[in-house]
Amino acid sequence: MKIIVCMKQVPDTTEVRIDPVTNTLIRDGVPSIINPDDKAGLEAALTIKEQVGGTVTVVSMGPPQADVALREALAMGADEAYLITDRKFGGADTIATSYTISSAIKMLDYDLIIAGRQAIDGDTAQVGPQIAESLGLPQVSYVERIEKIEEDKITVRRQFEDRYQIVEVKLPCLITTLSELNEPRYMSVAGIFGAYREKEVKKVTFEEMKEYVSEERLGLKGSCTKVKQSFPKQAKGKGTVHEVSEDEAVEIIMAKLIEKNLI
Amino acid sequence: MENKYENIVVFIEQRDGEIQKVALEIIGKARELAEKLNCKVIGALIGYNIKAKAQDVIAYGADEVAVVDNKLLEHYATEPYTKAVVKVIETLKPDIALYGATAIGRDLAPRVSGRIPTGLTADCTKLEIEEGTNALLMTRPAFGGNLMATIISTGPRPQMATVRAGVMKAMKRDDSRKGEIIEIDAGLTDADMNVKILEVVKGENKSVDISEAKILVSGGRGIGKKENLSMLRELADELGGEVSVSRALADAGYAEKALQVGQTGKTVHPNLYVACGISGAIQHLAGMEDSDFIIAINKDNTAPIFDVADLGIVGDLTKIVPKLTEAIKKYKAENAVK
Ligand SMILES: Cc1cc2nc3c(=O)[nH]c(=O)nc-3n(C[C@H](O)[C@H](O)[C@H](O)COP(=O)(O)OP(=O)(O)OC[C@H]3O[C@@H](n4cnc5c(N)ncnc54)[C@H](O)[C@@H]3O)c2cc1C
Repeated sequence: MKIIVCMKQVPDTTEVRIDPVTNTLIRDGVPSIINPDDKAGLEAALTIKEQVGGTVTVVSMGPPQADVALREALAMGADEAYLITDRKFGGADTIATSYTISSAIKMLDYDLIIAGRQAIDGDTAQVGPQIAESLGLPQVSYVERIEKIEEDKITVRRQFEDRYQIVEVKLPCLITTLSELNEPRYMSVAGIFGAYREKEVKKVTFEEMKEYVSEERLGLKGSCTKVKQSFPKQAKGKGTVHEVSEDEAVEIIMAKLIEKNLI
Repeated sequence: MENKYENIVVFIEQRDGEIQKVALEIIGKARELAEKLNCKVIGALIGYNIKAKAQDVIAYGADEVAVVDNKLLEHYATEPYTKAVVKVIETLKPDIALYGATAIGRDLAPRVSGRIPTGLTADCTKLEIEEGTNALLMTRPAFGGNLMATIISTGPRPQMATVRAGVMKAMKRDDSRKGEIIEIDAGLTDADMNVKILEVVKGENKSVDISEAKILVSGGRGIGKKENLSMLRELADELGGEVSVSRALADAGYAEKALQVGQTGKTVHPNLYVACGISGAIQHLAGMEDSDFIIAINKDNTAPIFDVADLGIVGDLTKIVPKLTEAIKKYKAENAVK
């Protein structure tokens, strides 16, 4: 089974703060991590490989620093890693991103593509389905469990708000995974050693892809949406905070509930 | 003489023939936008044996309903639904197409956007029409709610967005509203059903939908032990509300995931939100900040929850909550005899 895992390096959003003066994100000192849903996808791929054999190839589009995330994937057990990186790819929205990634994937061999449901920085959940569309593959998103893997098909449990479906889909196909799917393994010491000494992260730049893509569909130019404005979430006017005895606290709350007609 | 790209199409999400509230909320919002644009709101009702529901969509504010009714659309599957929506879009040529940001909408809308292809803005919490250009301004949280971004579509029409559930307000049902029902044949064939749905398992006990609750008593890790949830339950009962939780409690298995408020849980906007032992992490705030009135009880006076609370109480919830419940009981009893 040849499995491709799509992965994104993201800032750990729990650590991101807004600079109150410039109103911009403070990314300094914020650690970068493998996006949690993607890491679950990688774990699923490695598990499938252990069960039925095959290869796991990770692909990531991003700046050169994303190399670290790909090395981590190699250290966890992935066989090959590709970093899709070029200034021409920068500023891409989800449509341009999925076009770029799917074009790179067309250069590879696969039976199954796994992407995380969504990335914690953008939270769009769009790139996986859009890659599937570009490649003309069937998709199942929101996968919370892999039920069965067979030579020519996979059976998964697909989550909805109020139900789940057990869905069987023929390979090749694309699934998107939820972080609840599994507990990703840690990198092994030997794995880390191998990831830096033996394995390599292959760079895919515009040069390698130019015969397969039309340049106007890449990056900022190829995007169909534009950020017009960004701003920190407005905090509403600060309320009052009371450090008083328990009985006084109850009195204060009661007064408010009555005033606001809430009881 | 067909005028190109006008009107707003809203995907009407239904499960088992039951129209989902998010669709009606979006219809309500689309109505407002349509007044500005002086255009129509058209529901796209897609399913099996679904036509009878079209009048409901009109009663909630749609001018017209496009119905695609086909056996292959009985259960949600990506390809048949994508094909149906794309056909509706090709037929009606809307200027705007909106979807719920749900497990269905977030699977379907990107696939449609890829096929057209055009842009798509995810999880919007605000939609407006820009003066002058009449462009759709789509505002959404990013970076775990740390930042809000307003996005515009620069690609081919329609301008497309998914909209978070529980954020927009549905209109009051008005059965006197009339509207046209258009049937569209999407030309579906068995080959479009490229997945096999072996089983559909619905949630055992239909859990309360906290996104609809008017009053929420919400617990965080500060409640200490699972048993203490019952004191929140008692307070909620006295107030006529429901219990919700932070992710810490959902992850600990104290409560089901459906009761979780926040970025990866539900967005709520009750009239009253009582946060008990919740620190107020940004991902939690993302789901409850827009509550009308927020009371926070936390023993740490530096907890960020106090930054969004209208009324903050520094203290031990295990002591204050039962006392508050008693006080409300007493108040109600006294006022009942009056
Ligand atoms: C990608 C991502 C998504 C996330 N999504 C969500 C989400 O959707 N929803 C969500 O809630 N979280 C979410 N989180 C987690 C979030 O960052 C916090 O970890 C979580 O909200 C903390 O829950 P808490 O406030 O209950 O617990 P804690 O942060 O541990 O806070 C407990 C609080 O209780 C107080 N306390 C303790 N004892 C008492 C007492 N006796 N009386 C009064 N106060 C007391 C403490 O002072 C403390 O402030 C997400 C995180 C990530 C990384």
